Amino acid sequence: MLKLTNKDREMLHGDHGAATRMAMSILVRMAEVSDAEKLLDITSAHIDSTIYIGEAGLEFAERLARLGAKVSVPTTLNVSGVDEHHWNEWAVPSEWARQAQRQMVAYQSMGTIPTWTCAPYQTEMRPSFGQQIAWGESNAIVFANSVIGARTERYPDLFDICCAITGRAPAIGLHLTGNRAGNLLLQLKDVPEVLQRSDDFYPVLGHFIGKVSLERIPVIAGMRVVPNEDQLKALGAASASSGGVALFHMVGVTPEAPTLASAFQGNPPPVTMDVTMECLRQSRNELTHADGEELDMVVLGSPHFSLAEFKQLAPMVVGKQKHPNVKFLVTSSRAMAQMAKQAGFLDSLNAFGAQLTVDTCILATPMLPPEIKYLMTNSAKFAYYTPGLLGRNITFGSLKDCVDSAVTGRVIRDDTLWGS
Amino acid sequence: MGIINIQGKPVISGFAKGIALVSSMPLSFWGGYDWKTGEIIDRRHPLSGEIAKDRILAIPFTRGSSTTTSVLLEAVRAKTSPVAIITTSTDFFFALASIVADELYAQPIPLVAVSESDFAQLRTGDQIEIHKDGRVVLSR
Repeated sequence: MLKLTNKDREMLHGDHGAATRMAMSILVRMAEVSDAEKLLDITSAHIDSTIYIGEAGLEFAERLARLGAKVSVPTTLNVSGVDEHHWNEWAVPSEWARQAQRQMVAYQSMGTIPTWTCAPYQTEMRPSFGQQIAWGESNAIVFANSVIGARTERYPDLFDICCAITGRAPAIGLHLTGNRAGNLLLQLKDVPEVLQRSDDFYPVLGHFIGKVSLERIPVIAGMRVVPNEDQLKALGAASASSGGVALFHMVGVTPEAPTLASAFQGNPPPVTMDVTMECLRQSRNELTHADGEELDMVVLGSPHFSLAEFKQLAPMVVGKQKHPNVKFLVTSSRAMAQMAKQAGFLDSLNAFGAQLTVDTCILATPMLPPEIKYLMTNSAKFAYYTPGLLGRNITFGSLKDCVDSAVTGRVIRDDTLWGS
Repeated sequence: MGIINIQGKPVISGFAKGIALVSSMPLSFWGGYDWKTGEIIDRRHPLSGEIAKDRILAIPFTRGSSTTTSVLLEAVRAKTSPVAIITTSTDFFFALASIVADELYAQPIPLVAVSESDFAQLRTGDQIEIHKDGRVVLSR
């Protein structure tokens, strides 16, 4: 039975305005559906509802805006449906751009911070360990829970903004300590250290973990190296695409898993699975949805490229030129792109022939012209969603594979690390 | 020809009837459901190519993207959504789409959660009636 505070009831009755009433009404109905006993205070929110899908999402945003909605906690915004300043360099229909911009205006009018990124953990608004937050965007959710140790449920679009307006979230799921224990042990077996040091290991492992975990909380054991944040970002995003992973633990790496026992909160692992090279090779193959070597475009940056990734990419392309028949796109946030520019990384990318899109990505805006049929990426999330969302073929490879392929104009992959 | 009665939990209460479209594999609606047509477009999913419009969709739960809710809401507005959805546990993403569809368009989608063993009885092509109290009646 859901217990509301006096202030919750005031919000529900409309004492804090019509928009707050609408948000609280949705929040309370969802809390009841979820068998929550109470609501809790949140310290920040991240809004995935900014992605323009169609008229209904826009009507929802504009209804809230018209009713005078204002967020009550610091709130970042996810990618939008359009790169506000560069959309007309691509195949985005002007009608789409207009509607997507209306949706951007609606969410900005609510007192939010216009970060326009799916990687809000790369901004100064990053939450800290133990904070209760309400985040949308599957890759951001898994990163916040797993890598930072902040606490959010896997919140969908439209709900995140209701939490941001009311400053409340249902006390359910991953907000509660007892629900954060691992319940699936994934033991790496004979995975060489040299592969674990390689960036392309993480999206492949993440894709596998998503498939076998579904909505469970996997605990990864057997790491011989400490991955960096971008590697953990790639792992999380992959696992939240092929599965519904909202929290993983990595023993000796993530903050709630200093030991195997702490990852399981002292309980024995209910299920154990080995992760072998065979599993990983299969997972890597599944990320490619194409035959042959044809290539029209390389796309990097799902989740949005970080400053560290720009720093890694820049020297790889110095003195090179992409093939004239291949486009080379990096998607990132305005903030990261600005920093990369100041650091001089964009000069090398420009000379190489790379293009940059901010605010959005190929999955969230219809930017690709029809002649682009064969894509290549180092992102498991792009690889997972491209066939269904964009109806295009895609090959997964390492960052170096992507650069080499862009230079030669055909797909090249170095399989050395993956054995046979 | 037979009739099977299943007692489920009404997550969002309502009456619906239609022909079942069933898979034991979870689905993300973002990248998995074309709201303009009602087609299932996740090319890795067993229901790929099927039209879920006006059907009773049965999948255990959603996976992946948090945009699933928005896609289902668009489908409600475009009248390309399933008439009801059966899952094995309360699915937060579907429930929200249904509640917002109620708030904006007074058109909630009935949602029922059934046990895994009852879910295993469902077959694509079954005639299904969903009742307000969560009863699911199959005939085939």
